[in-house]
Amino acid sequence: MSENPTPEIIEPVAPAPKVRAGKISSRHIEHYVAPLAETPLQSVDKVDETAEPLSMWAQAWRSLRIQPLFIISALLIILVILVAVFPGLFAKADPTFCKLDFARQGPSAGHPLGYTFQGCDIYARVIYGAKASVLVGLFTTIAVLIVGGTFGALAGYYGGWLDAVLARITDIFFALPLILGAIIIMQLPAFRENKSIWTVIITLAIFGWPQMARITRGAVIEAKSADYVMASRSLGLSKFKTLVKHVVPNSLAPIIVIATISLGIYIVAEATLSFLGLGLPPSIMSWGNDIANAQISLRNNPAILMWPALALSVTVLSFIMLGDAVRDALDPKSRKG
Amino acid sequence: MITFTLKRILQLIPVFFGATLLVYFLVFATPGDPIAALSGGKPMSPAVADALRAQYNLDQPFWVQYFLYLKNLVSFDLGQTFSGQQVSDVIARAMPVTARLAVMALAIEAVFGVIFGVFAGLKKGKLFDSTVLVASLLVIAVPTFVLGFVLQFVVGVKLSWAKPTVSSGAPWGDLILPAVVLGLVSLAYVIRLTRTSIIENKSADYVRTATAKGLSRRRVVVVHILRNSLIPVVTFLGADLGSLMGGAIVTEGIFNVPGIGNLLYQAILKGESATVVAVVSVLVLVFVIANLVVDLLYAWLDPRIRLV
Repeated sequence: MSENPTPEIIEPVAPAPKVRAGKISSRHIEHYVAPLAETPLQSVDKVDETAEPLSMWAQAWRSLRIQPLFIISALLIILVILVAVFPGLFAKADPTFCKLDFARQGPSAGHPLGYTFQGCDIYARVIYGAKASVLVGLFTTIAVLIVGGTFGALAGYYGGWLDAVLARITDIFFALPLILGAIIIMQLPAFRENKSIWTVIITLAIFGWPQMARITRGAVIEAKSADYVMASRSLGLSKFKTLVKHVVPNSLAPIIVIATISLGIYIVAEATLSFLGLGLPPSIMSWGNDIANAQISLRNNPAILMWPALALSVTVLSFIMLGDAVRDALDPKSRKG
Repeated sequence: MITFTLKRILQLIPVFFGATLLVYFLVFATPGDPIAALSGGKPMSPAVADALRAQYNLDQPFWVQYFLYLKNLVSFDLGQTFSGQQVSDVIARAMPVTARLAVMALAIEAVFGVIFGVFAGLKKGKLFDSTVLVASLLVIAVPTFVLGFVLQFVVGVKLSWAKPTVSSGAPWGDLILPAVVLGLVSLAYVIRLTRTSIIENKSADYVRTATAKGLSRRRVVVVHILRNSLIPVVTFLGADLGSLMGGAIVTEGIFNVPGIGNLLYQAILKGESATVVAVVSVLVLVFVIANLVVDLLYAWLDPRIRLV
């Protein structure tokens, strides 16, 4: 990826207004730089000509790593992933050990958030519930990237009938909103009787891929008219190899941003489906199921609903913030302002 | 203009047929016997099952079924619910309620979304802008049903500023709180979209020209910057009307609104396929028409776009 010079790097040097001999040069040619006393200082002098050229990603990383929004969201995401993978490290109590004696009791030693309506430890359930949400978000995003990304890239790059077919298919899918479509699929006998994390992932992916296909298609169309694509073709690289080696890497930016944000949206969608009783089965611990179960005790014990909802919202928020920060970092225009 | 409208309507026809075909296929032709689902999994006499199959045309090949369904759809014969009511009557009762709810939500989105978006965009990087940005992210991150519960509990029960559930007939006043909940997520998107669009346009050459020739700040903002920034916002709002009506499932459930979403949810739980397909077809139609209206609005917002 980093070998590909992107237009952004060349830009600051190329359109210099007044060209003086020896003033503007590539790094490889020996040149005479007049001492300051001889020539007035110009903006060109600011360019550090000995520096290594930075790829778009390296530039983005430079501005990202000092951004508080990025640091916070990245740390939160790492924490959520750790909690999802090693829940036992964070909670000592057994989330499936529920005793009605403890029902709706407040916090006590070793049980910092108190107990649910069924007498289960809220803190342990919040910790163990992370896995389902993270799995659904992650795998739905991967599936959407594979299907939507491939279809979108091929349609945008080759155009023609493939593009026309994709446009019609995405039109049709856009007429059915994500939640509505997911509800229809989840109520099918085949899905309703085999509820699991995977049926939720498949359902969300079926209605999520058209958006990714559109974004990819747009990004690929924008990238394919660039000069380096024509250069690569003129040098004899086949059309498909050009797509894989040059066009796709250069159109990744918007795709990554949308994928990160969508990951959060899919987690919300899973919770909504579980809330409606059509998502994950009750046997799987998830924030959506716990929120749905907490409804009945909302008026007297809002804390039971609040904690899983808070965990869910913070997770989703960190993914959306990450996407937002990456978008700003990848957009040179917004960086300047 | 007329040619354009006709052309767009022609383009919408495949979308409508495609979407209804998809839903019809999902509901009627996927593995699992819909007739067995009708009896709630209990054994059913073969004679009754055959009669039901014939009634829903399930003994015909799939394409014949779909064709017969379309034929009925065109003549507004949407079939019957399990309790023997005409589906078209049930939809006609629920539709106005959801339409009111969705229009109110859309109005809240459009008015507050554009106002907040414009001020945030004009004062990019200032306190107001950052506050609005963080608040909008928060709203997107919190699931609608949690927002619904919390607002219902705080505004409806604790403060009693509004009725926690909607009374029968669903008058406008009762629908304000559900409409706010329904529109809140999209409101966040409208704010962000307007803000980005305003930031992009406010440094355009024509804005400098407008300021240079001595126009007041208000006129520059409203007529020049805002009007040119509205196209992506209007596109979003148009597409959103469809999602609002579909997304009303959750909101209508929480606030007990007797609308389309509630109808659809109950039908799904009961396995009333005729109602499910009919309601979804209506929703697709609304989405398709809303998009047509958006396309026609483009020409008014930007005279450079000619509708041919």
